[in-house]
Amino acid sequence: MGISRRAALKGMIIGGGVAAGMRPAKAAVLPTPPVDAVGLLYDATLCIGCKTCEVACNEANGLPADTANSPAALYHKPVDLSAKAKTVIKLYREGDEQSFFKAQCMHCVDPACASACMLGALQKREHGIVTYKADLCVGCRYCEVACPFNVPKFEFAKVAPKVVKCELCADRLAVGKEPACTTVCPRKAVIYGTRTDLLKEAHRRLAAEPKKYVPKVYGETDGGGTQVLYLSHVAFEKLGLPTLGEEPTPELARSIQHTVYKHFAAPAALYGVLGLAMWRNRRHPDESSR
Amino acid sequence: MQSRRDFVRLCTMAAAAIGLGPAAAERFLEAAERGKKPSVIWLQFQECTGCTESLLRTSHPAVDDLILDLISLDYHETLFAAAGHQAEAALKTAMRENAGKYVLVVEGAIPTKENGIYCMIGGRTALEIVNDVAAHAGAIIAIGSCASWGGVASADPNPTGASGVHEVLKGKTVVNIPGCPSNPYNFLGVVLQYATYGTLPALDDQGRPKFAYGQTVHEHCPRRAHFDAGRFAEKFGDEGHRNGYCLYKIGCKGPVTYANCSVQHFGEVDNAWPIGLGHPCYGCTEKGVAFTLALHDTVEIKRPMPPDTYAPIHAPQGGISPIATGVAGAVLGGLAGAGYVASKKLGGDEPRDKTPATTPARSEA
Repeated sequence: MGISRRAALKGMIIGGGVAAGMRPAKAAVLPTPPVDAVGLLYDATLCIGCKTCEVACNEANGLPADTANSPAALYHKPVDLSAKAKTVIKLYREGDEQSFFKAQCMHCVDPACASACMLGALQKREHGIVTYKADLCVGCRYCEVACPFNVPKFEFAKVAPKVVKCELCADRLAVGKEPACTTVCPRKAVIYGTRTDLLKEAHRRLAAEPKKYVPKVYGETDGGGTQVLYLSHVAFEKLGLPTLGEEPTPELARSIQHTVYKHFAAPAALYGVLGLAMWRNRRHPDESSR
Repeated sequence: MQSRRDFVRLCTMAAAAIGLGPAAAERFLEAAERGKKPSVIWLQFQECTGCTESLLRTSHPAVDDLILDLISLDYHETLFAAAGHQAEAALKTAMRENAGKYVLVVEGAIPTKENGIYCMIGGRTALEIVNDVAAHAGAIIAIGSCASWGGVASADPNPTGASGVHEVLKGKTVVNIPGCPSNPYNFLGVVLQYATYGTLPALDDQGRPKFAYGQTVHEHCPRRAHFDAGRFAEKFGDEGHRNGYCLYKIGCKGPVTYANCSVQHFGEVDNAWPIGLGHPCYGCTEKGVAFTLALHDTVEIKRPMPPDTYAPIHAPQGGISPIATGVAGAVLGGLAGAGYVASKKLGGDEPRDKTPATTPARSEA
């Protein structure tokens, strides 16, 4: 044995420690959204839970009803975002406290799904919308795991499955229409606009009625910022929105990977060690059991 | 004779009843005053006269106003004073005088087997009569499910080959007004539009006017809130049934039945329609539903909509039962044990194998 078990373990531990230690303490620069970034502003205090957006979304995207949780297939009843539901109205209720919550893709400024996507099927494209190109997708579902908001969903029931997520009705925007959900919302609880305008409007509402809201626009900086913004009268964690720092979600994984592969040093070192081990272990043909 | 005032009122009522504005009432009036009352020939074949009977019970306009003032009903076996040769002569006269302009209304299915011998009037088969009269008609209306697609007469095994009018008159535009009986206001709407404007309403792919058959009964059902909330009558006379809950589970065909019953009630009695009276819709307007599906069978929901409940913030995750854990553990343990035994055997065989395996091979070479 050229390399003892002990030595191998030691090497692995040192390598891991180096990789972890190489991670910068703080991201250098926060990402900035594209200048023409568009998004949604959902105000939980205005939503009445009519679910018209759910119906309009499925119609606009040609999605069938999600009847998996409805015996006898009576209802479109997604319990969460699914391959047949790109947006879902959820209800938080505890005692007297109650709020609706509209779940859909957040269109992050620096999306973790796009970072994890190996061939770039999911990418920020026009107006900063995270769209999906099925012909670039290999079906690895890394995006599902990477997303901190649990958004991308996989069509498990299909032979040639695709990833399904809100694409902010990019095809409707292209022909001058608004997204389906904002078009039909009867109380303008969810509105569409440029991210700049929406942020301005959100801060105007916060300033106008400070007692009504939690004093924060979720998505302004959370997880590096999102293009879908939230206002609420209930703590955002209770609505299922995770507490994220200002650092973009994919930054951690990215910095480790980029450091490890910097100048290709780590792979070169690894193959060097392996090569050395092989060289030391090589035996002359004469020495074998012949 | 009616006064002009009465007649104006009648026209306004007729226009309102079929959902047209006062402007349409003026047009009815003008048309009637010009003496351009449309001639209507009403043929009856394999039917029960139910459609005629419900038309007799309308009051705005009442059938006497309709047939005396708004249209000229030139042939109708039930409403005719004449009979026999006299009646047949009236049919011939009406066809000759209004050729190309009269409205043909067909009530009842047309038997097609054995050259249509199962329904004969005045020595001619229904097939001959309908082909003859339709040849010079300005518009053709099939009233009731029988005339629209065969109705009860075409129920399995359909011994007479009962068919709808459009199946017999291939290539002609037939306005279908299905229903068992059909709602008379849907019929009046079509006739008055034709009489006033000379046009027919927009039709769907089954030849039904979209103004009346554009949506399912389910979409406008007064019990819809109960469906959305998941409150159902489970059987006739139970608590839910008495509370007026949704009738889906006891066989309501509303979700697949295109008709305006829920908004245009029958006989002008409030709530006088099956669901209003506590009976499931039986899909009388729909081919393949009425007289085909069993009365209390449930149907598939064509466009499932969200229920009156909400998804929780955190979707429930599937749990793992202790039994499943036990089974998985046993399987894994078994595999591990088998692997261990196998590896031991392999190890034990090694020294024995080495020499014999190589030596004979070499000696042969």
